[in-house]
Amino acid sequence: MPQYVLKVNGDEHVIDAPNDMPLLYVLRDRLGITGPKYGCGVGICGACTSHVGNSVARPCIVRIDSVGAQEVTTIEGLATGDVLHPVQQAWIDEDVAQCGFCQPGQIMTAVALLAQIANPTDADIDAAMSENVCRCGTYVRIRAAIKRAAAALQQA
Amino acid sequence: MAGRSDRTAVTTDDESVATITSPSRRSFLQYSLAGSATLVMGSTFVGDEAAASISLPELGEILDFPDVIALAEAPYASNLLLEITTGNRVRFELPRLDKGQGIATAFAMLIADELDSDYERTDVTLSDRRADRPFSITGNSAAIRALWDPVRSLCAHARARLVTAAALRWSVRASSLRTSQSSVIATDGRIATYGELSAEAARVAIPLIPVTPKPVSQYKIVGTKRARKNARAIVTGTEKYTLDTSVAGAMPTVVARAPDIGGSVLSWNGAVAASMPGVIGIVPIPNGIAVTAQTFKQAFDARDALQISWRPGPVRGQSDAGMRNTLRQINTPLTPVLPLVGSLSATFEFPYLAHAMMEVMSAVADVRDQSAEIWYASQSPNFVAAQVAQSTGIPASKVKIHIPFAGGSFGRRLFGEAAVEAALVSKALRMPVKLMWTRNDDMRHGRFRPLSRCDIRASWLAGATLSYEHHIAAARNDFRHGLGDALTAAGVNVVPDLFNQVGFITMISLPYRFGNTSSKLVEKELGVPTASWRSVYSGVMTVANEIFIDEMARIRRYDEVDFRLRHLDSAAAERCLRYVAAAGAWGRTMPRGQAQGVAVHAEYRSAVAYLVEIDTTGPEPRLLKAYCAVDVGVPVNVSGLQAQMQGSLIDGWSVMFRAGNHVDDGRIREGSFGDFHWARMRHAPVTTQVHVFPAEGSNAEPGGAGELGITAAAAACVNAYARATKTQPRRFPVQEYD
Repeated sequence: MPQYVLKVNGDEHVIDAPNDMPLLYVLRDRLGITGPKYGCGVGICGACTSHVGNSVARPCIVRIDSVGAQEVTTIEGLATGDVLHPVQQAWIDEDVAQCGFCQPGQIMTAVALLAQIANPTDADIDAAMSENVCRCGTYVRIRAAIKRAAAALQQA
Repeated sequence: MAGRSDRTAVTTDDESVATITSPSRRSFLQYSLAGSATLVMGSTFVGDEAAASISLPELGEILDFPDVIALAEAPYASNLLLEITTGNRVRFELPRLDKGQGIATAFAMLIADELDSDYERTDVTLSDRRADRPFSITGNSAAIRALWDPVRSLCAHARARLVTAAALRWSVRASSLRTSQSSVIATDGRIATYGELSAEAARVAIPLIPVTPKPVSQYKIVGTKRARKNARAIVTGTEKYTLDTSVAGAMPTVVARAPDIGGSVLSWNGAVAASMPGVIGIVPIPNGIAVTAQTFKQAFDARDALQISWRPGPVRGQSDAGMRNTLRQINTPLTPVLPLVGSLSATFEFPYLAHAMMEVMSAVADVRDQSAEIWYASQSPNFVAAQVAQSTGIPASKVKIHIPFAGGSFGRRLFGEAAVEAALVSKALRMPVKLMWTRNDDMRHGRFRPLSRCDIRASWLAGATLSYEHHIAAARNDFRHGLGDALTAAGVNVVPDLFNQVGFITMISLPYRFGNTSSKLVEKELGVPTASWRSVYSGVMTVANEIFIDEMARIRRYDEVDFRLRHLDSAAAERCLRYVAAAGAWGRTMPRGQAQGVAVHAEYRSAVAYLVEIDTTGPEPRLLKAYCAVDVGVPVNVSGLQAQMQGSLIDGWSVMFRAGNHVDDGRIREGSFGDFHWARMRHAPVTTQVHVFPAEGSNAEPGGAGELGITAAAAACVNAYARATKTQPRRFPVQEYD
C-alpha cells in the first residue's frame, strides 16, 4: 500500500493508504480530525469543505494521491490557538449556527471567498456560497456574518 | 405505580420533607450529596419499564397535541436532574434532543434566570435515555411547553435551599438575603457562592423562603438574545456529533441495501468482499448486508463488491402517479354546493418529502455480555431502546443510550433504524461499531412526509362565508413511536388510525370564522415508509388553506390581507398579520413580475405571519425580502426564535418550489442533494426581518416555536408567486410542474 506524507493543520502525518482513498476518510477515520463532515460523499453538499493548498476543496472527492506537498487546512486549523479567525468570530457574533453540521464547511468556503474578494457583494456571496447546503436555512445569517467578517478583516 | 407515586413526590415543602424521610420509596425527590459534595436535585429511580407507563389523559382535556405530551409528562415533573457543583457550576440534564432548534441554550437561559445562576457557568447537557421518564419524546414543538413549569419549579426549589443554607450559616433571616450570579449575598455584604453552599444546601430540611417560581416579568435573561451555547464548539469543529464521538475501537460500518424500498436479501456471497483490504467483518442483518472496515472508504468498496440477489420490495411495480390516483379515489367527497351561492373548489397535491437532515442517520453501538451501549441522537430514546431490545434479545433495561447533539432531524429521529442496525452488527462482531447511512441510503431507504392530497371547497353569499370543507387523503403517517414510551407505541401498532386521528384533530387548526367548517383525514398505507415531518399535518393542510384563502379573496374581490382580517378569529394571528402588512408596506406597487404574498398560522398556542416579496422575472423565481412577526407567548431566546423563523422560510421555499421525492417502480428516484433540490444561498432572500412580540403579563406562558413558521412561510411564498405570475399553483414543488 502506498505511503503518503500529509501536512494537516501544521502537523505532518505518515499514512499508508490506497491511492484512491478520499482525503475525508483519511482525516476522519485515520487521523481523528472530525471537523469536516460527511454529508453526501460526492462533492455536492459542502459539509466537508476544507482547504488544500490555497484552494477550497471537498475532501470527500479529493484523492490522497492528488494532495502531494500541499498543506491541508480543516476547520480545526483555522483559529490561532484560542484566537478565533475573524470569520469564526463573526459566525458566533451573528449566532449563525442551528444544528451546525454544515457550518465548518460554510466557514471554510467563506474564508476562501474573503481571501479572494475582500468586500464581496451579495452576488459574490450567492456565487461562492451556493455550493454549500444548509438544511436549517441559516443563509440569511451566513450572509450577514460574511459581511461582518469582511469589515473586521479590512480593519485588521 | 412508579409514575403515580412520583406525581406526589414534591410539589410543596412538606411533601419534600416527607419523601426525604421515606427513602424506601422507589421514587423520591433527592437532595443528596453526591461523591464530590455536590447538590443534586431532582430524582432518579430505577424502575422497570412497564411500571413506568401511565395511561394517557382523556382526549377531552386536550386542547392541542403538545398538551398530550405535557400531560403525559406531568407525573414526572420532579423527575429531572439539576446539579450544583462545588466548582460553582450549574448543570442540568435535559431529557430532550437538541438538534439545532436551540433548546439547550433556551433552558440554560431559563435556569440562570430562575436560579439566579451565572449564565456562563450554567450548563445544559443532553440526558442519556431514562427509563424512568417514559414520555421523553422531542417533538411537536413541545419541549419548552412541557418542561417550563417543572424546570422553573426545580430551580426555585434549589435557590430556596441555597438561600436557606446561607441563612443558617450566617444566622440571619433567609428573607433578608438576595441571590445573583451564582451567589447568595447578605445585607452586610457577606457573600457565598452556590458552589460553597451546595453541600449545606443538600442537608437543608425545610427551605425558609418560598419556592414559588418568579413571574415572567421578573426575568432578565429570558426574552433576550443569546448565541447558542455550543456556537464556539461548532465554529471550531469540535462539537461532537454521533460519528465524531471517540468510542475506543468502534469501526466504520455501512450497509448494502436493496434497490427497492423495503427490499430484502434473497442470497448473497461475500467471499470477494471479505478478502479486501481493511475489511473486518461482514454481517447479514434483516434488511441488508453490513460491512465493517478500518475506514468508511474500505467499507464502501467492500459493500460494492458483495454479490447479492434481492427480493423485490413491497411497492415494486408502483409509482407515485398510481399512488396519487389512489388518494384521489379514497378521499372523502366534498359536499355539493347549493345553487346561487358563490363557491371555489381546489385540489392541492404534495409529494413525498425526505427529511434530508445534514447529518445522515448514524449510530455507534457497543453490544456485549447481554448489554448494549449506544450513541444515537434520538427524539424518542425509550422507543429506540425497546426496538434494540426486540432485535437483539437484550432486555431493554440493559440498553443504555447516550444522546449526542444532532445535525438536524425535522422528525426523522423519532425513529432509530441506524441504532438497531449498529446494535445487531456490534453483537455479531463482538466489537463496537460506528454505522453510517450514506446520503443515498438516507434518501432512498429513509422515511418521508406522506404523499398528500387536499380537496377544499368554500361557499359564500355576498360577504358571508357559508362553508369551508377541507378533506385530506394521505399516505399513512407512521406514529409507531407513540409518545416515546412502550405503551402508546404498542397502542399505535394495534390501532394506528385512532392515534393518527387524535393527532390530526389536535394539530389542525383553521383560525378563521368560515361558517360551517369541516376537516377530514383519510389515510392509507401505501408501502413507502413515512414519518412526521416538521409540522406534520399542518405542513400540507394549513399551507393549502392559506393558498386557497388567498385565491378566494381575489375571486371575491377582497384584498388578501383585508379578507383575512375580516375572518380571523385568532387575535394573535391578526396582530402578527397587521404587523407584517405594515412593516412590509403591503399593497405597494411592484414592478411587473414581482409581487408580495402573505400568510398566517396559529398552532402550538403561538401565531405567526409572513410577508414575502418575490421576483419571477429571472431564470428562476427568487425571494427578495421577507418580513415575519411571531407571537409565542413567552419568547425565551429571541435570537434562537428568529433563527427558527428564518430557517422556516428556507424550508417553506424549498418544499413548495424545489424539493420533493418520486417513486418509480418501487424505488425512490432522488439520491442526494444533486436531485433533491434544497434551497441554496442563491435562493435565499438577502434580508429576513423577524419581529418577536415580547411576553405580556406576569403569567404569560410559552407556546411552541420549532415548527410554527414553516406553514405560513411556505404559503406566503406560493401566494406571492401566484400573484406575480397570475397562476394557481396546485401541485408542488412549483418549479417542477409550472
